[in-house]
Amino acid sequence: MAGDFKISVDGREVTAHEGETILQVLRREEVETPTLCYHDNLTPAKACRACVVELKGSRALVASCERKAEAGMEIQTESERVVNARRGVFELLLSQNDTETAPNLVAQAQRIGADPEHYSGLRYERPLYDDNPLFVRDYEKCILCYRCVEACGVDAQNTFALTVSGRGFEAGIAAGWGETMPDSACVFCGNCVAVCPTGAIMDRREHQMRVQGRYDESQMQVTQTTCSYCGVGCQLELHVDQRTNEIVKVTSPETHPVTFGFLCVKGRYGYSFTEAGRE
Amino acid sequence: MSEQVLLRRRGKVAPHLKDYIESGGLEGLRRAREMGPEAVCRLVTESGLNGRGGAAFPTGRKWDAVRSQPEPTHYVVLNSDESEPGTFKDRALIDSDPFLVMEGLLIAAYATQSERIFLYVRGEYAPQTRLLWDCAEELAAGGHLKGLGPNGSDVAVELRRGGGAYICGEETALFRSIEGYRGEPMSKPPFPTVQGLFRKPTVVNNVETVANVPDILTRGADWYKSRGTARSSGTKLYSISGHVARPDVYELPFGAKLSDLLELAGAGNGKPLEAVLLGGAAGTFVFPRDFDVELSYEGAAARGATLGSGAVIAFAEGTNLWQVAERLGRFFAHESCGQCVPCRVGTQRQYEILHELAGGAGGARERALLRSLSQVMTDASICGLGQTASTAVRSLLDAEAQGALAG
Repeated sequence: MAGDFKISVDGREVTAHEGETILQVLRREEVETPTLCYHDNLTPAKACRACVVELKGSRALVASCERKAEAGMEIQTESERVVNARRGVFELLLSQNDTETAPNLVAQAQRIGADPEHYSGLRYERPLYDDNPLFVRDYEKCILCYRCVEACGVDAQNTFALTVSGRGFEAGIAAGWGETMPDSACVFCGNCVAVCPTGAIMDRREHQMRVQGRYDESQMQVTQTTCSYCGVGCQLELHVDQRTNEIVKVTSPETHPVTFGFLCVKGRYGYSFTEAGRE
Repeated sequence: MSEQVLLRRRGKVAPHLKDYIESGGLEGLRRAREMGPEAVCRLVTESGLNGRGGAAFPTGRKWDAVRSQPEPTHYVVLNSDESEPGTFKDRALIDSDPFLVMEGLLIAAYATQSERIFLYVRGEYAPQTRLLWDCAEELAAGGHLKGLGPNGSDVAVELRRGGGAYICGEETALFRSIEGYRGEPMSKPPFPTVQGLFRKPTVVNNVETVANVPDILTRGADWYKSRGTARSSGTKLYSISGHVARPDVYELPFGAKLSDLLELAGAGNGKPLEAVLLGGAAGTFVFPRDFDVELSYEGAAARGATLGSGAVIAFAEGTNLWQVAERLGRFFAHESCGQCVPCRVGTQRQYEILHELAGGAGGARERALLRSLSQVMTDASICGLGQTASTAVRSLLDAEAQGALAG
């Protein structure tokens, strides 16, 4: 194909397409690469550093999610430095975060042999923000991946209600100038919930069920439908608890050509009419 | 002391344009206008001038890279966010000769054909901000900004004050700060010379760097190279503090010995030194066995050290260096922007471990932990802050392992 070129991955020559990131090449070549902040439909935040690779000629490791492949690049994904850095990233996160609702993070950590006890010290201690009827923010689970900030900003919603505030270990996600969600610019589209990889922002219904010990993934049935509110045609996935026949949450497939996983407040939260008239 | 170049007007000339011109000022800018942008870049490259902010990148090459970018809008940024612990040379330089700094900047703008100069000054430097701005206004009123920009346009000068974050001295975070965003570093490449401030080709220069330029223009590259070593041209400013009798800013040609500098400042005040922290918080501890190190980029590198910004902090015998390291650790944990995991969590963990060691607790396990953590931060952090936050700690660990650490 025009614009194709070769790069070397762990000593093996592979083809890359013009404009591709290193991670895209690695994924196609089935080179397992851990990622946390990376999301297919968001600008790479290159913040978690889980996907770093060693690039010949570069002093520091580079984030494969962000760095574009260039002809002749020589990349190592299994060198001692890469293995040590990736493991370090997961061990540092495990030493500070509540990972109860982050099975993906835990699974990746186990796969690369991260030791949860390697580091100890101050943990993230944050209040739980239950300040609106639609979602709950539990920032002790937040790994500051920037996904919610990007979804709230130019990548999807253009609302800019969420931002990063504070610095260093004190840095965290805030609504506006530290307001409650209802007082901020938030329009409650819930796209931050959709992209959160650790359950730090979670739909309130799911959160309440988890607190009460009623949430059971195996009881969830996903029903696909099309949103009936307007003519855009967003595809919805209704997550229905089979025990009560109640909708617990609504999502949209990240690969759907209309939504890319993003919805508006009506599509995501405007479903209580389905429960009208129930006892 | 040897000849003072950068500091020659210190305490002698009140900062008024008339006095500056009478003492030979603006001659460099006049020469530059005669030569044309390309020749100025070539001359600065020939002089061997390297950036004085810590990275020591060849200044002429940086300028020429911006000058030759096809994108027509270029910027010059003065990095006066001097926040490295123990570094105060730029403050002294602005205090003593603000017009020299401004003249160097105007030459930079002309050589790179930039339409705008941004002065980014550390927020705490209120008097220096005032000085620089007054100079800029006097220069503008005197017509000295005329015709320096692209196609003979006038160059504009803007002032931005830092908000008290060390990270904003990192050039890409500095751009974000000027643009009105949170000061977070961006990945390089793209490098600032290609996509810098507002995504336009940008030269970022340290205060001391640009102050070297006017004399290179008036006295030539050979004169400039006659000071210093083969690979480090000119003179260098050092900020010395700690256990010294005369803490101050000193100017020495490259190639002087660290011991000469320590003697000038009266280091130890009669007591022998335990060590010196060379190059600031991101530098390394240097022990008496290495006090004969040549102060040049190559000389420092040969001993595994760095000149960094030229900060020298002396510690007298009996100082607990683990307590010093703890303070450095706290500094980095406080100044990390929080963007990437290795730095945000890593600097906190490093501080916690150093806190234990400083208190006399902790053993082999903590030391091994510091080393592996250091490797993670150095390899995987986005910017220089996280990548160098453990450099001093590692030099301390090495010295301890070699038995160079007393008590």
